[in-house]
Amino acid sequence: MAQPRADTVSKVILSGSDLQRVVDRIAHQILEKTSGATGTVLLGIPTRGVPLARRLATRIHAFEGIDVPVGALDITLYRDDLRLHATRALGKTEIPAGGIDGRKVILVDDVLFSGRTVRAALDALNDQGRPSSVQLAVLVDRGHRQLPIRADYVGKNIPTALSESVRVSLTETDGLDEVKLTGGVR
Amino acid sequence: MIKHLRSAADLDAATATLILDTAGEMASLAGREVKKLPTLRGRTVVNLFYEDSTRTRISFEAAAKRLSADVINFSAKGSSVSKGESLKDTALTLQAMGADAVVIRHQASGAPHRLAAWVDGSVINAGDGTHEHPTQALLDAYTMRSRLGRLDGLRVAIVGDVLHSRVARSNVLLLTTLGASVTLVGPPTLIPLDVAALSRSTKVSYDLDSVLPDMDVVMMLRVQTERMQDSFFPSAREYSRRYGLDLARMRRLPEHAIVMHPGPMNRGMEIAPEVADSSRSTIVEQVANGVSARMAVLYLLLGGKA
Repeated sequence: MAQPRADTVSKVILSGSDLQRVVDRIAHQILEKTSGATGTVLLGIPTRGVPLARRLATRIHAFEGIDVPVGALDITLYRDDLRLHATRALGKTEIPAGGIDGRKVILVDDVLFSGRTVRAALDALNDQGRPSSVQLAVLVDRGHRQLPIRADYVGKNIPTALSESVRVSLTETDGLDEVKLTGGVR
Repeated sequence: MIKHLRSAADLDAATATLILDTAGEMASLAGREVKKLPTLRGRTVVNLFYEDSTRTRISFEAAAKRLSADVINFSAKGSSVSKGESLKDTALTLQAMGADAVVIRHQASGAPHRLAAWVDGSVINAGDGTHEHPTQALLDAYTMRSRLGRLDGLRVAIVGDVLHSRVARSNVLLLTTLGASVTLVGPPTLIPLDVAALSRSTKVSYDLDSVLPDMDVVMMLRVQTERMQDSFFPSAREYSRRYGLDLARMRRLPEHAIVMHPGPMNRGMEIAPEVADSSRSTIVEQVANGVSARMAVLYLLLGGKA
């Protein structure tokens, strides 16, 4: 790993315990907004949306004893910037056994930024079936939207400069729970 | 990512594994409501077929269409080739039309290598003479991996007309790269030493019965009589007796072993009908997997920045 340059800062926005509390709050909000999470399906967007969706399901189960189906929705093949980069490897798509037709689908991702990932996810979802509604849950909303998209559940709003980047680490994928803001000249 | 797929030797273990993993994701498309992806919208794939083919051409066409590419099918029959146009002139025509990928099947070994020098797009070898057929090897490897769970350490017998088989050549290269070991089996007249020499771990046997009990996979090859100018074995009946896979021979295989055939089959010649239709046979699966494997190749070759 390269050493951070002297003129850049790296700041922890959410610690491990903060992150846990944020996930708990979103789980409660989901229960509230979907009247007890009935007919709801959580779909994580790889990579980090998938463990987040699993955590939300675990917390919902702990709070109310309800098993919410969890799956993964890879959006690589629906991206609008495929031609701008080298070919990307695909993530896993796993639609829960009950399918998504007529369900309330909640898309889960780590960071909401331009909104293009969510746009691709909506297209991918459209090819999988016809949910009765689609909502969006994100751990961090960092602003700078390029499309008319908003989240229904936000863990934390973080005002950022375009030159900064938000790094979400999760135990399942990165070995620790943390959200960090790096880069940018202060 | 590589630009062309001309030979199975173009693939290192990491790239080959990436293609197989991608094929696994593409396969999930079959269970979906909408069996189409927008990924290659606006790209053009030309199927350039100088030799007859059913499954490979249809498979490539289905793969490209499921990724939303525009497909142009070109077969030598009924084209300017029958008026004497050379491969190079045909290639320049395709180039002028802006083909992003050319899928070529040609009776001459090495034709895809020549073609790659004349066009800007990707070249995918769909079978050249008696040389190679890399996407067949990929779909075979994918089928083995999904049936048996792994490729590393698998023991694979490739049986029959190895001499005229581009499938055998590509399979030896790819399977060895992925850690499997190959035994070539057939009459001495049909086992060329250069194929055996493609990798150090490849073995040769002229006795099918003694090989079968140790195998995880038996791949039967079609006897390609259309490419045979000499007599390589005394009679079809004798060939079938010694190298055909019938029920008695299938019973010599371990419990878990699978039987493969790239098709088209000569039922009753290299493979008995009861064997071809048994639960151990993956022949129909191979066709379905072919579309997934070719989608993976098209995506990985054309999906990113050109």
